[in-house]
Amino acid sequence: MVVLIEIPFYIFSGLAILFAGVILFTKNLLYGAFSLVGTFLCVAAIYVLAQAEFVAVTQLMVYVGGIVVLLIFGVMLTNKITDKGIITSSYNRFLGAIIAISLFVVLFYGILKINFGAVKGQSADMNNVNQIGVELLTEYLLPFEIAAVVLLIALIGSSVISGYKTKETDE
Amino acid sequence: MSTILFFLPFLLLFAVLAIYAERKVSAFIQDRYGPMEVGYYGILQTVADLVKLLQKEDIVPTKADRKLFLIAPILVFTFVFAGFAVVPVTSGWEGAPIQTGVFFLLAIVSLDTIGIIMAGWASNNKYSLFGAMRSAAQIISYEVPLTLSVLSVVMISQTLDLQQISIQQGVHAVGQETNYLFGIKALGIDVTEIGGFLTWNVFRVPILFITWIIFFITSLAESNRAPFDLPEAESELVAGFQTEYSGFRWSLLMLAEYGMMLLVSFLGVILFLGSWNSPLPNIGSVRLADWTTGEIGTLSGHLWSAFWLIAKALLMVLIQIWVRWTYPRIRIDQLMSVGWKYLTPIALFVLLIAAVWRLFMI
Repeated sequence: MVVLIEIPFYIFSGLAILFAGVILFTKNLLYGAFSLVGTFLCVAAIYVLAQAEFVAVTQLMVYVGGIVVLLIFGVMLTNKITDKGIITSSYNRFLGAIIAISLFVVLFYGILKINFGAVKGQSADMNNVNQIGVELLTEYLLPFEIAAVVLLIALIGSSVISGYKTKETDE
Repeated sequence: MSTILFFLPFLLLFAVLAIYAERKVSAFIQDRYGPMEVGYYGILQTVADLVKLLQKEDIVPTKADRKLFLIAPILVFTFVFAGFAVVPVTSGWEGAPIQTGVFFLLAIVSLDTIGIIMAGWASNNKYSLFGAMRSAAQIISYEVPLTLSVLSVVMISQTLDLQQISIQQGVHAVGQETNYLFGIKALGIDVTEIGGFLTWNVFRVPILFITWIIFFITSLAESNRAPFDLPEAESELVAGFQTEYSGFRWSLLMLAEYGMMLLVSFLGVILFLGSWNSPLPNIGSVRLADWTTGEIGTLSGHLWSAFWLIAKALLMVLIQIWVRWTYPRIRIDQLMSVGWKYLTPIALFVLLIAAVWRLFMI
């Protein structure tokens, strides 16, 4: 049973790392965007293997929706019909490496510190969705509401920016 | 397992027959015969076309992005096909047993765009690119009312499991949940035993009928069907995102398009029109609903529920075809204003009423 879960886990983790590598090293903006989709799909698969199907489907829904918007921009920027297309190159290598390594160290240290034996194992047939709903509106109500307010502000902000017209462009 | 064993062969057979139906229906609407030569009444015309398509050369344009161009049709079909994994086949044979079936299907419906954008961009053709851009804009806009309309049903059913939603809408709900006429407990008429169309979601909670219409319109847009077929508008964009494709890959794209039609039809039937439950009610000692539903797990139960589910889904596909050949295509700005200015506010309003209605039910 353990082996049955471990084999797909390593396959999907490997694929996720492979796609992430493509994002890092490709010169083509759109290849990067499509690889991002691949990475997100693999991470969703890992969530499924961890029996967190709600998180997995949310991953599909939210990130894929976001990715589609990103792709549109990719398409607009690298339109091959009118020009050669934008070739990306890497900037701030030194700073990026420092941030990546420090983040890795923090996470790695944190994961090593977790006592996995103390984490309660939950039965697989538990109703995930109900539990998430109840927890969101009791235990995590404040963060949930704050997230909602932040999203509302972002929505208002984006509509204000897109609706803003200067005198010259106004017809 | 239902996906490979049942839906793959069923989808292939469906695509062949649906394309034939599409041509015949369009012919009848335009007062002509349609295909008549191959087989009796032209029924083998699609098979002949398919044989021709599979023999065609698989052309990749020189200036196209070869890798993405080759992957894209497979990706489009895979995403659509993945959606069938959670669709139940009969009352005793559900799809993948996940609790978030509806949520998963909503995600799948939007995943399809990625393949379409990939196909459009990789073709390196301005018509393909326009088709892909339109498709993305369209699916993002119509996802909002689609999700809101599905949310109304989820709020009434209190579950995301497709099989659970199905059970609630028929005589098998006895002992699990009490259904009242029009969902109003104050009326005091218990229709759980009666079953039939009275316990379907559109009758159980009549406000869901408006939701169903919104769902139907948005599902047309999500599956790129007329009057929302702007991504492949043949009179302006040649064939949209699939202009450069030929042979097997083109037929995969067509298969995915018809698969999408079938998938949203299944979803609509399961959410609104009683899923695999019989439309015939029990009238006194004439147990029509019991006779035409069968017990869960028995042979008659499997046969009846599969029959009702598939028959209803095919009827919905027929309505989609009928709509396509009746209405003209709408303009891109009209498409946007229909989605954002009309469907989204109506869907929000209906969601509110559905929430209030839910209080009448308990």
